Amino acid sequence: MLTVKNLHATVGGKEILKGLSLDIPAGEVHAIMGPNGAGKSTLSYVLTGRDGYEVTKGSATLDGEDLLALAPDERAARGVFLSFQYPLEIPGVPALTFIRTAMNAQRKARGEAEITAPEFLKLARQKAGELKIDFDMLKRALNVGFSGGEKKRMEILQMAMLSPRFLILDETDSGLDIDALRIVADGVNALRSPERGMLVITHYQRLLDYITPDRVHVLAGGRIAASGGPELAHELERQGYERYEKAAA
Amino acid sequence: MSLASAIRDRDVAELPGKRLEDWRWTDLRGLIRVLPEPSEAFAGDVGEGPFDALAEDRRVLINGGVQQIEVQAGGKAAVALRILSRGAGSHAAKVAITLGANARLRLLESYESDGGSVSQTTLTITLAAGAAIERVVLAQDHEDAVSVSQADVLLSPKAEYGQTVVSSGARRQRLETRVMHPGGHATLRLDGVYLLDGKRHADQTTVVTHEGVDGTTAQLTKGVVRDQARGVFQGRIVVAEGADRTDARMGHHALILSDRAEVDAKPELEIYADDVACAHGNTVGALDEDALFYARQRGMPEGVARAMLTEAFIGEVVDRIWFEGARDVVRAWAAERLRA
Repeated sequence: MLTVKNLHATVGGKEILKGLSLDIPAGEVHAIMGPNGAGKSTLSYVLTGRDGYEVTKGSATLDGEDLLALAPDERAARGVFLSFQYPLEIPGVPALTFIRTAMNAQRKARGEAEITAPEFLKLARQKAGELKIDFDMLKRALNVGFSGGEKKRMEILQMAMLSPRFLILDETDSGLDIDALRIVADGVNALRSPERGMLVITHYQRLLDYITPDRVHVLAGGRIAASGGPELAHELERQGYERYEKAAA
Repeated sequence: MSLASAIRDRDVAELPGKRLEDWRWTDLRGLIRVLPEPSEAFAGDVGEGPFDALAEDRRVLINGGVQQIEVQAGGKAAVALRILSRGAGSHAAKVAITLGANARLRLLESYESDGGSVSQTTLTITLAAGAAIERVVLAQDHEDAVSVSQADVLLSPKAEYGQTVVSSGARRQRLETRVMHPGGHATLRLDGVYLLDGKRHADQTTVVTHEGVDGTTAQLTKGVVRDQARGVFQGRIVVAEGADRTDARMGHHALILSDRAEVDAKPELEIYADDVACAHGNTVGALDEDALFYARQRGMPEGVARAMLTEAFIGEVVDRIWFEGARDVVRAWAAERLRA
């Protein structure tokens, strides 16, 4: 599914990723943990094509297709979804309008017919119900005045509705209380399937109690410093990142 | 000194220009060396106006002329007023609107030119006590036209005045509204939208003078400029001595979508009363790149994402139009321009 090889990337002329390699097969959930400033968010932005994140070396492919050559919306249409660490507020655009515009743009790019209004509303009601989001909230401007937890739930709602093939969750647990965390994790777990891959980026092990990863990687100094099973997350929680940071320095 | 008197006297020396502070950014004196010949009468087909479907009473002014709209006390009316310029001559039009006590009027006004005409329309709008008007102006002038509209509004206590001026500019275009606000629980909403491309110029100028206690003014103007277009916003609110308990709020916000586009804004509050609540805000900037990336990450191509965000930006003003039919016309008109 997602294959990243020897990825080097700079932000504002400073090299942040320094030879990162990663292979996430379909059906697997991989977690990336690391200290602040290790390049976790940079990785998520490089994979989704944000301006200002320049790849200087290496490759990233999704099912063999070069992701780095595609525009952000083309990557989205191929099924790459990023749940933002800080979801944006979009004044004046109701959540339903935003999601429907996105969905139809993706469908158009894939040569599919637009979703009809009744079909769309049915899907929105169903997914909102599953995520315990008040449907009326979807008529309000997306994320404007929403709490941190509501914004994260709205990310998961978009993810559930757009049904992407490859999911990147960037610090999805930050700002969530324990109840919200459980709802969000249930939403993510419901999307686990043999056809989907997931990359869960987190600073703390807490989220991984709810979304159990197949593999855990430690990102330090711009590359993968260690990889292991779920037990690695617990070890990091006990011992911290210090030894990886020292080794990377 | 006005464009109307310059046209009447065929004298360019009477054109307003840089030397007048209020006309600094819309310098007609420097632009027009020779006034075009007076416009000829036009008898051809003028097609449909943007608001024809919304009003039974339709008035058309072609290349100047005079119109009177009167709503008797307690009466109710909806008028679609088209102010047309055909050809490239010069002309002036006059419109007098009076509302009796507690009368109501929907005035749906459009400016439509088809060439390099030079024209001024002068309106007087007088509201008796308790009267209510909503004026929606759609100015869709030709890129070669020079078009000025000046409205003098006189309110009475407990009158209600709502206005939204929407424009796409012209070679030079100025839409000016001056309001005498007596207070006395009269309310005023004075909104504007300008969407400019090419080398178009639009100037929205308003002057509100609060002369008595207990008056309200709410003003919101938003603009989007691209290419080499230039938007001008001048908003002045004067609160005279003794006009206490005035509540006046003014906002002007513009998006500049290209390096060579320009916005000049001058929001002014002149307050001579003690007990007032007044505020103004003014921002000029680019589209939020973070929001743009967010929308693109969800699958929207850049053009779709930009159009969605700019429509939403303008939508805040459009949503304040009271009459749903006019709101829909304006929203569709804006969407068509922003998606182009």
